[in-house]
Amino acid sequence: MTDFSSVVANTDQRCALVIHLPWQAERKSRASNGKFRDECLQRTLVCAVYRRYNPYVGRTISEKIFSAHLGRDVRAGEIVVSPVDLVFWDDSNRPQACEVFRQMNGTRVFDPARIAAFLDHAPVAHNLAAATVHRVMRNFCREQGIELFEVGEGIEHQLVPEKGLAGPGEIVIGADSHTCTAGAINTFAVGVGSSDLATALLTGKLWFRVPKTLRFILDGTLQRGVYSKDIILHLLNGIGADGASYEAVEFLGPAIAALTMESRFVITNMAVEMGAKTGLMEIDDVARSWLRGRTRREHREFTSDRDADSARELRVDLSALEPQVAKPHSPANSSPVGDLVGIPIQQAVLGTCTNGRLEDLREAAALLKGRRVAPHVRLFVTPASRSILQAAMREGLISAFIDAGAVLGSPGCSGCTGGSGFAIPDDGINMITTANRNFQGRTGNRSAFIYLASPATVIASAIEGAIADPRAHL
Amino acid sequence: MKLHGRALRFGDNVNTDYIIADHYKAATSDVNDLARYVFVDFRPDFAKLVRPGDLLVAGRNFGCGSAREAAPRVLKAAGISCVLATSFARIFFRNAINIGLPVLETDTAPIAEGDELDVDIEAGRIDNLTRASSLYAAPMPAIMTAILRAGGLVEYMRRHGDLVLPEHP
Repeated sequence: MTDFSSVVANTDQRCALVIHLPWQAERKSRASNGKFRDECLQRTLVCAVYRRYNPYVGRTISEKIFSAHLGRDVRAGEIVVSPVDLVFWDDSNRPQACEVFRQMNGTRVFDPARIAAFLDHAPVAHNLAAATVHRVMRNFCREQGIELFEVGEGIEHQLVPEKGLAGPGEIVIGADSHTCTAGAINTFAVGVGSSDLATALLTGKLWFRVPKTLRFILDGTLQRGVYSKDIILHLLNGIGADGASYEAVEFLGPAIAALTMESRFVITNMAVEMGAKTGLMEIDDVARSWLRGRTRREHREFTSDRDADSARELRVDLSALEPQVAKPHSPANSSPVGDLVGIPIQQAVLGTCTNGRLEDLREAAALLKGRRVAPHVRLFVTPASRSILQAAMREGLISAFIDAGAVLGSPGCSGCTGGSGFAIPDDGINMITTANRNFQGRTGNRSAFIYLASPATVIASAIEGAIADPRAHL
Repeated sequence: MKLHGRALRFGDNVNTDYIIADHYKAATSDVNDLARYVFVDFRPDFAKLVRPGDLLVAGRNFGCGSAREAAPRVLKAAGISCVLATSFARIFFRNAINIGLPVLETDTAPIAEGDELDVDIEAGRIDNLTRASSLYAAPMPAIMTAILRAGGLVEYMRRHGDLVLPEHP
């Protein structure tokens, strides 16, 4: 498998094209000796000479997007105040961004057409606190003319691209860490807290440090039974829960080009689990045709220059990749499914902003093939949005789930966080889910054990009553 | 800004769900009700143990996970005066500064539970009185120092009315 310790600065690679440097091979072992210091000096000199004769150094997607917003050439590391194209928040935040907005003496938002609000984290208003927050948000949105997506409409990270609220080349902030999902359509989308969000509601801008970039070039054809969820779990395991801290992660290469748009969102959705500021992809024909008829504004696409010196690059061949399962209590704690087959599970969850899209539901229904889940297993299924639920109903997928013994959730964050009031596990329960986080207590009980996997692995496990390899069911 | 307090030690990858679990957060509409639930599932004795002015000292990637601003708010409300960590997850780092909770990034390995610390936030200097040693923190961007000096982003925005980058020193 890939040696993830071989992440190299692209600067070195480019120089290596010109002169084969002796330190290139040894760079992995950054021993703190005098030799390494000499090598650094040598590298700096070589890069300076290279730049003298190659004055244009490439730019990453992030640098290009910020440069376009600011009308000047902006490089990684710079701190900028940039206009933002979309600002959104949801019902999970305490305090609410609209409350902080008032504390800032805000009276009118900068532009209601560039703001959206979502009632998704408590999608059935299951308690008084949720109902209270919903009332506060409804009143604020009505007063300010902001578009509000009601309970049952779906998850913000699904709706932002689905409804065309954001488009390629835009800068988006959302008061939720999985805002980075929109990066699959070439949007620089970052999660922030309520105070940052309130500042943007008021001013239409925010300060950013333009991030450095970690670029994955993904090669190879996925085996049958292996999905984009397995890719991101594998990459996460390779570089760790803080492996891309503060960086933008670009996912490029033939293995990405071969994915549907729905599968791509799975990967950018989980970029934050490696500590990344955002995940980004380039636009191709697959993305263009998906975006057609959705985006509400004119947009520009940005590609990444391979010689960008603010990017380090890692090439990963996925042709031998097996289905992956992340064990408790970290998304980066994944193993090939074969290592875990047979661990009993009592609860399975299909849905969330990671894997609640139509193709996920189709895959799951096809795997069930009229079978029921194991007698001691509860299967909870939640489409990520109302339109996905409607499409799934038209295709007969929902009746397939109900026939299999599943419980249907309201489109939203049902079954992902304990705050959703849905599918909260009992003590000692093992649950397998298509969600993006398996932190202890995430689903509302610290005494439960959460495993993360693709929809196919989750359904295969629900059928068998134990963690199962989906390839045996295809 | 100078602080003095006792170190409460944590390890790596302490996520915001551990600081304040979502099911407690979702059970109230007011963040001020949440301080008693700080670390309740993760380190149940914490709310009893913590004294006003204590410093939370952690390893790598502190505050990873969710974007919830409630996380630094409950730490502050519980009496934590500053968080020192070897590294921070970026959203938590921003949120902490935005609500006026100082955070410093430094290799925290030499600090043990219960150590008495003197911290000079602006100078980025941490004196460990128990071990008679000193540590230095990575400098913060000028905009963050300005927000922290104002007491948080709300106060900063009330004062300036707009987001302006301070001149770099």
